[in-house]
Amino acid sequence: MDIDGIRAMFPALSQSVHGKPLVYFDNAATSQRPECVVEKWDTLVRGSNANIHRAVHKLAVDATEEYESTRDAVKEYINAASREEIIFTSGTTASINLVAFSYGESFVSEGDEIIVTEAEHHSNIVPWQMLCQRNGAVLKVLGVDDDGHLKTEDLKSLLTDRTKLVAVAQISNVLGIKNPVKEIVKICHSIGCPVLVDGAQGVVHDSVDVRDLDCDFFAFSGHKLYAATGTGVLYGKKEWLEKMVPYQGGGEMIATVKFSGTTYAPLPEKFEAGTQNINSIPTLIPAISFTKSLQDKKIQEYGKRVFDFLYDALTSNPRVHLYGVPRGTEDKVSLFSFSVDGAHHEDLALILDKLGVAVRSGQMCAEPLMDRFGGRPLLHTIPWKRRSILSSPLKGQLEC
Amino acid sequence: MISLEEAKQAVIDDFSMYDEWLDKYEYLIDLGKNLDSYPEEEKTEDKLIKGCQSRVWLNSKVEDGKLFFKADSDAIITKGIISLLIGVYSGRTPEEVAGDDFGFINEIGLKENLSPTRANGLVSMIETIKALAAENCN
Repeated sequence: MDIDGIRAMFPALSQSVHGKPLVYFDNAATSQRPECVVEKWDTLVRGSNANIHRAVHKLAVDATEEYESTRDAVKEYINAASREEIIFTSGTTASINLVAFSYGESFVSEGDEIIVTEAEHHSNIVPWQMLCQRNGAVLKVLGVDDDGHLKTEDLKSLLTDRTKLVAVAQISNVLGIKNPVKEIVKICHSIGCPVLVDGAQGVVHDSVDVRDLDCDFFAFSGHKLYAATGTGVLYGKKEWLEKMVPYQGGGEMIATVKFSGTTYAPLPEKFEAGTQNINSIPTLIPAISFTKSLQDKKIQEYGKRVFDFLYDALTSNPRVHLYGVPRGTEDKVSLFSFSVDGAHHEDLALILDKLGVAVRSGQMCAEPLMDRFGGRPLLHTIPWKRRSILSSPLKGQLEC
Repeated sequence: MISLEEAKQAVIDDFSMYDEWLDKYEYLIDLGKNLDSYPEEEKTEDKLIKGCQSRVWLNSKVEDGKLFFKADSDAIITKGIISLLIGVYSGRTPEEVAGDDFGFINEIGLKENLSPTRANGLVSMIETIKALAAENCN
C-alpha cells in the first residue's frame, strides 16, 4: 500500500476545492471516511435498518449482530477484559459526560476533588466543572510547562484523600505531546484514585491497550478514527461501571419497569438508553481494520518523513512558533499547532483554504491552554501518522 | 458622492474582475490598507464586534445628518471586508443604511467564501452597522 493508494480509498480526498486538489489537515477535528466505512454504512441503511435487541425478525437480528459484533471488535482493539466494559456513545464528549454524571453521582460529594490538566480540550474540562458545581466538589488543575509537557512531578502534591478522579488526555489535541498516562495511573492508583483517559487523539495515533495502561475509564470518538460521525466509545472497568448509576433512562437500559420502581439492565445496556446509532456504530469495524492496516512499516516510514519535514519547517523559521515541543523522538505525534509572527491565524487559514489546504485555526476547543500560551490562537495541522495523506505541492517536496 | 446603488455596483464590478479568490483577497487587503487610521484609545471592548474570530473595532458618528464609520481589525482580510462595507455605507443617512438589505454581499460571493459564521463574523459586521444606523434614525 502506498500513499496514493491510501488517498484513493477516501472519496472526499479526490475532490478539488477552489480549483485546487484538496489537502485535508483538519484530522484532529474529524477524519475523512474511507470507502470501506461509507460502504458499510450504506449497506446497513439500505439492508438491515432495524432497531436492535428488540424484535425477533430477521432485520432486527441482523442489525443486533452487526452492533454487538462491533463491541467485540472494539474490545479486542483496545484490549479490554470483557465486552461488558465497552459502552457505545455518540463521541468522546458524550463518554466523558457519562462518567462525570454517573461516577459523579455515585462517588463525588461536597468537598471532594477532581483533577484535570491544563492541556485538556473543553470536553475534558466542562463536564467536570459541571459536576463540581452540582456536587460542591473542587476542580484542581495539573499544569504544563512552556514546551507543553505535563508537570507530572506536581501530581503527587495535588492528590489528596479527597481526590475522587483524575482526568487526563492521552495526547493533547493542541500540543500533540504524548502524556505519560501510564505513570499518572500508577501514581493515582497508589492512593486508590481512579483515572479517566481522554483518548480522542490517542486512539488515532497509537495502538491502545487499556489493560496495560490500567486506566479506569478510556473515552474516544469513532469519527476521528475514520468511522461514521456520531460514534464513540466509553471503556470503563467493570468494577466501576457496575457501581455507577445510569446516565440516561429509557429504552433498553431497564430490567423491569413498574410505577413502584425500575430495575436496570446489566452492563453494557445499563448505559445505552434509547435507540442507539445502529447504522453508524458498526462502521467501527472497517474503521478499525483500516487503522490496523496503516501500521505497515512503509507507511510508518512515510509518516516519519512527513513529520520530520513539517517539524524542521516549523522550527527553522524564526517567525513561526511551534506549540508542543518534543523532548525525544517518540514523545510527539504528527499534530502541529503553531503561530506566525505578524500574520493573523484567520488570514493564513483563509488563504490556505483557497490553496486547497484545510487547517484548523483559532482556539482549538482548548481556551485555557491557549491562555497558558499567551492567548495567541493558533493554526493547526495534522498531516499524518496513519492518517493524512498529503498530495500536491507538499508531496513533491517531501519525496525529494 | 455616488449613490448607494452606484457604490454597491462598483464593488460588484470590482469583484467580477477577479476569477481567483486569492486575487479577491489581495483586493480586500488593499482596501484594508486604505482605511483611515483608527485611534488606539478607541480600541475598547464596547467597540469590538462580537462573533468574529479576529478582532474588529467599529465606531460611528453622525455629522450633518450623515453616518460616518471608522474601523480596524487585527486580521488583514477581515480589515478589508470592514473597509469594503464602510466604503459603501459611510457618509449616508442612517435611514438609507438601516433600510438597505445588504444583498450585494451575496452577489459578490463573499458570504459563502468567507463566512463560516464564527470564522470572520461578516454577518456580525453587517448587523452591527445596521444597528448603529437604526440607533440614529429619526
